[in-house]
Amino acid sequence: MAKVVLPELGEGIEKATVSYWYFKEGDRVKEKDDLVELATDKATFNLPSPCSGILLKIAISEGDPARPGDILAVIQDDPLL
Amino acid sequence: MEFEVFDLGLIEYERALSLQKETHLKVKEGLLESALIICVHYPVITLGRAAKENSLLVSREELQKRGIGLLRVERGGDITYHGPGQITCYPIFNLGYLKKDINLFLRQLEQVAISFFAGLGICAGQRKGLTGAWVENKKISSIGISIKNWITFHGLSINIKSDDLGGFRLIKPCGMDIEMACAEEILGRELKMGSLKENLIKSFQEVFS
Repeated sequence: MAKVVLPELGEGIEKATVSYWYFKEGDRVKEKDDLVELATDKATFNLPSPCSGILLKIAISEGDPARPGDILAVIQDDPLL
Repeated sequence: MEFEVFDLGLIEYERALSLQKETHLKVKEGLLESALIICVHYPVITLGRAAKENSLLVSREELQKRGIGLLRVERGGDITYHGPGQITCYPIFNLGYLKKDINLFLRQLEQVAISFFAGLGICAGQRKGLTGAWVENKKISSIGISIKNWITFHGLSINIKSDDLGGFRLIKPCGMDIEMACAEEILGRELKMGSLKENLIKSFQEVFS
């Protein structure tokens, strides 16, 4: 089981908005696939999947804010991958 | 950081976007350290991720009649206009070679624009909380970026020619009630786009080397 955590995005950025999930819960994802897009005022930032597996849980929905350190999703190891 | 420069000349927005993505892949795969794409677009309005319904002030039919394209894109920010009187720059920079700091990169892009305009004798500056380069309260350079794998794309546009400012009156630039400026209007003389590209590349080198 891997937790997808929002990293530090740089000085002065205390939160970003989850703008797009590339997958839905239950989908298979591969390591380095684009997983989620976050938006600040003038930038969008894509977070890749840290591992291959099944996207078990989306913890923060599109349109909601996230802060560095927040868990965005949980990915379960897939024995087939 | 070293970057290769690609001058695409006058090009459709969609074609340039596709070349940005191809270049982004090359940087991701390590075939290029980083790249700077410079081009000029046919008239087009783009809607970034933060674009609001009321940021477009005319109908889609009106845009079609004027031959202005309309596209939704993945960059950050609200609405903007591109036209042949602007130089648009797409830095495909691997922030792994610089600093993984989104705000710092935005401020560095502003510095590029400020340094470029200073070379023309125009005193542009930053405004707290408002991204872009400004001459007094008018915006002269707009910025909106995307980052994937800490490699940037999209970028900034630099307003040069005064006959292009009309396009901004069809929108609320960046979703705000602001006026736009351009270099020709401030200097009161005509400028040739071609010779200015080299100055812009030098400004990028100054800020990012």
